[in-house]
Amino acid sequence: MPFTTVFGSLSKYEKGTMEIINDNPKYYVFSNVFEVASKSKAYEKVVVAKNLEYVIEAIRAEGTSPWMACSHDEFAVVMDGDVEVEYVKLDNADAVAPAGKEGTVQLQGEPKGKRMGVIRLKRGHQALLPKGAAYRFKASRPSVMIQQTILGPLTVQKWGEICAH
Amino acid sequence: MNAPVEIKLPEKIAGYRTFTLGQFTLQRDEYFVTITWPAKGQRQSHTMSADAFLRAIMRDVAWGFFYGLVNFDAVFGTRNLYGRVELFAGRYNEAIHKAGLSYVEVFDTPPAMAKFKEILSDWVNEGFDPFAAPAETGAAAAFGEKRGSNLKAIERFRVATKRMPGLEGDSPLREESNGFAINRAFADVAQDEPEIKAEPGFEKELHAFNLFKYLSRSDVTWNPSVTSVCKQSLFCPTTEEYILPIIHGNDRVEWFVQLSDEITWEVSDRETGRPRARVTMKAGDVAAMPADIRHQGFSKKRSMLLVWENATPDLPKRYERGELPPYPVEF
Repeated sequence: MPFTTVFGSLSKYEKGTMEIINDNPKYYVFSNVFEVASKSKAYEKVVVAKNLEYVIEAIRAEGTSPWMACSHDEFAVVMDGDVEVEYVKLDNADAVAPAGKEGTVQLQGEPKGKRMGVIRLKRGHQALLPKGAAYRFKASRPSVMIQQTILGPLTVQKWGEICAH
Repeated sequence: MNAPVEIKLPEKIAGYRTFTLGQFTLQRDEYFVTITWPAKGQRQSHTMSADAFLRAIMRDVAWGFFYGLVNFDAVFGTRNLYGRVELFAGRYNEAIHKAGLSYVEVFDTPPAMAKFKEILSDWVNEGFDPFAAPAETGAAAAFGEKRGSNLKAIERFRVATKRMPGLEGDSPLREESNGFAINRAFADVAQDEPEIKAEPGFEKELHAFNLFKYLSRSDVTWNPSVTSVCKQSLFCPTTEEYILPIIHGNDRVEWFVQLSDEITWEVSDRETGRPRARVTMKAGDVAAMPADIRHQGFSKKRSMLLVWENATPDLPKRYERGELPPYPVEF
């Protein structure tokens, strides 16, 4: 019999379970990216995993995001839907996202620099969000991404709302 | 390191060489691997099924002793001291350790790794692939008298990626043309690639690939490969089928994001092995594995798992000193 690979989506996901024997369920910080995105505002960067300063954010992509940039590489993986990423090479990258400042920053207005191009992502696709570039996302229907980055000013922490406990 | 063991051992059993490492002896026969160590003036011994031992030692070698503890089972394993490695027997088994019968010996990493590779080379028969799921390899080939070898299978190591696979000078993507066919369990996974429209001059700066396609073409199980690097934050996705061949004892917090299908994790205390929880993760689920646990995964259908590691060098010491709680967030 052929195998069926099960992926989740905003419209169809099934959350797993924890059977606690002798532990605190909060220690497992258990959540689901589709459930989180189903309750998020567009482009709200809700952290679902945190290891000291490093984070994975679950993001609901819907419509057009603000322009963003970072002093280090970031990565986005589309978990459901279609997301377009538009890139601009910043003339003033250090001023927008100084080297010592970690995490995603939001630009005020339009980025100054050369257009680098566009990447169109579908489910399972991973894109580099390179340092020195401004980027913004567009999604014509609600979609879900995870983003690998560092805790920054745009990161939203609401563990009590998103985690099983 | 203690003086080499001076007990009389057969040079070979059923065609398989017998090995010593410090005060440990390791022998394999047609079905089993037997490990002995000194305890209370005598030799204490432990037996494992040969296929389970080979699947475990394969991961330990491929991962360079990994992070923290690699328990081959409830008794034997290794602890990475990063530059040195500890071999233990019974140290993390509550009953054996309390009885004073556990044993630990520390080695420099290179000679220990060389010995482990020698064992693998000699003990893996032709037709047995310790990286493969049981349904994909000749399970019977793991057993019986020594018959040939399978050096091609055991020389696959963890893929090292500097930034992201497919970038110039970085690790390669997986395609039919470089030997990575779609795995039978992922035949329904879309193989399309992102559409990249780079302006002139930026062709090498814009980059994307199909991560799920990349994973659908993994030729190994339970063997994470790095696919993105954000300073010390490493995405290490992997494909999982059957049972994680080791019980991984953390020396830092580790995170899992279930990308497809389902895995159940049995979680127990790192020091004693006492059960703490069972966590069943489905597609889209995210869970932390605290720094003071050991865990083993069970995946009935080959699944995609994102293992997320923090490779900051001093983390194990900070957890040991109690500077960091064993769980990642408070709420």
